[in-house]
Amino acid sequence: MALSGFVLVGFVFVHMAGNLQMFAGAEAINTYAYQLKALPWFVLWGSRLFLLVAVVVHAWTAAKICAENRASRPTTNDVEVTKKSGWASLNMGLTGSILFAFIVFHILHFTTQTVFPEYKELTTHVPASDGAEVHDVYLMVLSSFGVEWLSAVYVLCMFLLCRHLTHGVSSMFQSLGLRQESWRSKLDSLATLYGWVIFFGFISIPLAVILQKHGAVEVFDKVAFDQVVPAAVSSSIPEAPTQ
Amino acid sequence: MKLQLKIWRQDGSEDPGQFEMHDLNGVSEDCSFLEMLDLLNEQLLENGKEPVSFDHDCREGICGTCSLTINGLPHGPEDSTTTCQLHMRKFRDGETITIEPFRAKAFPVVRDLVVDRSPFDKIIQAGGYVSVRTGSAPDGNAIPIAKQDADLAMDAAACIGCGACVAACKNASAMLFTSAKAGHLNLLPQGQAEKDQRVLNMVAAMDEAGFGNCRNYGECSAACPKDISLDFIAKLNRDYSVASVKKILS
Amino acid sequence: MILDAKIPAGTLSEKWDNHRFSMKLVNPANKRKYRIIVVGSGLAGGSAAATLGELGYNVNCFCYQDSPRRAHSIAAQGGINGSKNYQNDGDSIHRLFYDTVKGGDFRSREANVYRLAQVSGNIIDQCVAQGVPFAREYGGLLANRSFGGAQVSRTFYARGQTGQQLLLGAYSSLSRQIASGQVKMHNRHEMLDVVVVNGHAKGIITRNLITGAIESWSADAVILATGGYGNAYFLSTNATGCNVTAAFRAHKRGAGFANPCYTQIHPTCIPVSGDHQSKLTLMSESLRNDGRVWVPKDPADCNKSPDQIPEEARDYYLERKYPSFGNLAPRDISSRSAKEACDNGLGVGPGGRGVYLDFSDAIDRFGESMIRERYGNLFQMYERITGENAYSRPMRIYPAIHYTMGGLWVDYNLMSTLPGCFVLGEANFSDHGANRLGASALMQGLSDGYFVIPYTVANYLAEEGAGAPDPDGPIFKEAIDQVRERVAGYLSSGGKRSSRSYHKELGHIMWEFAGMARNASGLQKAIGLIQDLKEDFSQNLTVPGKGEHLNAELERASRTEDFLDFGELLCRDALERDESCGGHFREEHQTAEGEAVRDDENFSHAAVWEHNGQGKEPTRHKEDLHFENVKLAVRSYK
Repeated sequence: MALSGFVLVGFVFVHMAGNLQMFAGAEAINTYAYQLKALPWFVLWGSRLFLLVAVVVHAWTAAKICAENRASRPTTNDVEVTKKSGWASLNMGLTGSILFAFIVFHILHFTTQTVFPEYKELTTHVPASDGAEVHDVYLMVLSSFGVEWLSAVYVLCMFLLCRHLTHGVSSMFQSLGLRQESWRSKLDSLATLYGWVIFFGFISIPLAVILQKHGAVEVFDKVAFDQVVPAAVSSSIPEAPTQ
Repeated sequence: MKLQLKIWRQDGSEDPGQFEMHDLNGVSEDCSFLEMLDLLNEQLLENGKEPVSFDHDCREGICGTCSLTINGLPHGPEDSTTTCQLHMRKFRDGETITIEPFRAKAFPVVRDLVVDRSPFDKIIQAGGYVSVRTGSAPDGNAIPIAKQDADLAMDAAACIGCGACVAACKNASAMLFTSAKAGHLNLLPQGQAEKDQRVLNMVAAMDEAGFGNCRNYGECSAACPKDISLDFIAKLNRDYSVASVKKILS
Repeated sequence: MILDAKIPAGTLSEKWDNHRFSMKLVNPANKRKYRIIVVGSGLAGGSAAATLGELGYNVNCFCYQDSPRRAHSIAAQGGINGSKNYQNDGDSIHRLFYDTVKGGDFRSREANVYRLAQVSGNIIDQCVAQGVPFAREYGGLLANRSFGGAQVSRTFYARGQTGQQLLLGAYSSLSRQIASGQVKMHNRHEMLDVVVVNGHAKGIITRNLITGAIESWSADAVILATGGYGNAYFLSTNATGCNVTAAFRAHKRGAGFANPCYTQIHPTCIPVSGDHQSKLTLMSESLRNDGRVWVPKDPADCNKSPDQIPEEARDYYLERKYPSFGNLAPRDISSRSAKEACDNGLGVGPGGRGVYLDFSDAIDRFGESMIRERYGNLFQMYERITGENAYSRPMRIYPAIHYTMGGLWVDYNLMSTLPGCFVLGEANFSDHGANRLGASALMQGLSDGYFVIPYTVANYLAEEGAGAPDPDGPIFKEAIDQVRERVAGYLSSGGKRSSRSYHKELGHIMWEFAGMARNASGLQKAIGLIQDLKEDFSQNLTVPGKGEHLNAELERASRTEDFLDFGELLCRDALERDESCGGHFREEHQTAEGEAVRDDENFSHAAVWEHNGQGKEPTRHKEDLHFENVKLAVRSYK
């Protein structure tokens, strides 16, 4: 549990750092995406498999532990109160399950583009690709987060991830036997901080897109933005993104 | 004081059990919680009813016999306090108090509020000892032990084996108990020879008894009348990992 | 009844060595053929069962608690004595021996006490090796503190939880033997009778407290380590479950009961707060190292807040009366002084039954943090129980029944007058005379269990040969039937009064007439009152529920009946011992200053009572005590 969690904790940070290149412009993020995909197949698929195994192990052990725990405490108290544990630690199963569903959706959404096949048609060129056509991640992201409900889903899920990490990171140290009273509180603060860093890191993108859509800020390339995100005033009902 | 008591009654481990309501008047604030139950039982006897069974013995917070989940909290609302040392001045006049047994699959109810905590004995039997024959000990001062190590071992050894940690845990995990017991011996030079075997066997016994898994809620330590630290769980995890790896490699 | 103490020949220091050599051994291969029953799992019983199991005997161990780890030895706070002389302050085996004999007011058996002092060092070593986390100095060596009745620092301790740590040590050894199958542990089993076959104890009858099953167990020897009888007083520092039943049942089957009137009253307990009280809580005697005991000089000040009473209006009576020992005067003396102060109308707190134990000087001298480090858990406990903060206001304390020096009579081998029935720990009478010194009970329990019984029981077994009788034989059947009848009797009693109310009333009688101070007319009155109470008990008791499940009322009824019978015996013994000694203070025998006056000419003996059948007067026998190595003197702590 802790070991698979450790892999995933590390992964979300790298993922977030990668995503933040959205703010560095289309070329940065598209080059980054291209380079990732251009990795030798065994590295790319090896990493993907590794992550998949981590997710599956994490989810499977969680399910097993939940089942065992339910069996260990078949009767609940008439009065259920807690002295110390908060919502985050008591609802790891709930947040974990939602996040699992989210990961599936997220892969279908951005990786395989099954949800919105039209993303496949967004292509561009980057210097690193030597003239070959590459997928335009920049436009895909802008286009997606231009849809309010989709952004809302992502923000909500990132909030759940934040709560999941707050307990998970601190718990991971405990389970691996790396926690001590003297720095427990610091570690807990670190875990909380980590959760919020991940949260704000991830949501900064949908947030910026929505704000720009409503004219509050201008962080993304205006031309590209207007190309994929319809103006806010014109559509009160969210629409599927169109090319 | 005047109290309304909502008490769990259960005839035996097979009986489903249910709550019963009782009114109790004239309770002194200086009464301990168990003395309040004594009073209730005297009242029940007078009315020709069967008294409520509950576990108690030393009534000074050290034997670990008393249990009870009071208003949802094992040993009641006071920190670092066993039920027998909880006094009625901590409750409001006219309050309704819910009293339940410690609930865990590994602690089946024997009767009313009495549960069977013998799985704790099984955990100790699996390795919670130093194998030293009577009479074979070297001089007490032969092995110096740094004061801070002895003090830390004593922190762990303070566990009274009451089972509140299990009752407080939503998963009925016995990690705090097991870690305190293993930690106490593993911290001392006398416990080193059997350290790896000890943690592996004690954890196996704990799992076999049907206790749940630790999810690091921290409720156990918060409920512990002796303030056993979560550090010992971290230490148990560490010792267990090392012992497991060593076992695989050997 | 023949009282042969079987004290080995030789000089005091050679007796135990000589005896160990002359005793018979059991061949290692034959040990498994012997079955031994151990009743009780405290320091004495737990250590005995563990050690005997380790030696290869087949051991069955019984306790009434839900786990052997909960025996009341666990509640001992202060420490355990050991004559290690680690402090280089002049301690020795002989000094520990002398202090113990003197502390016991010259009413104990020299040879036993010397052996206790001899093995005291081994106990410390054994416990350290088991992983008992004794307090350490910064250099890593064992720390010591001083305790009442001694002028050397020989007390080893583990915070305020020494008894707990030592018991957990014994329990861990016992657990190891249970896991190996050498010891079979029977939790929640109460011993209700001893079975005697051809004059030897060969088994016991128990009631399973969960199922109510009444069962018989046979063995080659029966070891009782069932603790003391302090709960005869209802309010004591004992656990609520502590009882005299096992010892008293053995007494009825032929084991002589020695010196039941020797009860120890501990000076530093939290005073009674009301009629609801079910037990009294001890505050470790170690508090007297830093606390000063006082009462107001003027009765008019008793209701004032202590900080309103100026220094010159306070009477630090222990320091005044016993300048060399001061607040560390032995328990019996401190207790009696507190009673005297309260009897003179100088007591403080509810009902005027309390004296102050004041830490303000120590806090001024060492700072609050140091006091907190030393006694934090005790102050916390005091606050929980009384709701008062002892850092800012002196504690109120009052004496309470704590320990009982009397018990089943045993010879040097710890065997009672019932052959094959051995008695260890507080349940026997052997080592503390008329008063026990602090930190000596743990020492005695472990000495008996780890280092004495393994040798002496072997001698008995080797002499008798293996052959535990059939537990289903006619003698066992008869004993089972008697126990069943008794249990059925309680359940069919159709009265109105709860056994608790009888126990409480007995406690009041005992405390009033056989408490800290006793006199002939009071004791006679007490005997009459107890007899009336017994009569009432047989008529008006009520026990609800069935016998086939957990039934606390049934357990209490059985224990209360034995306490009633025993209480009468205690008063009888106190009446017959027409002298003051140790914990037994007869008002007729005191100096003008109120100090105890012994009568060595007529009472330098252990009084041993023989049971002659229900309703018949018991017979008092004597074991004369011979003091060859200490000079009988007036015990002075001035």
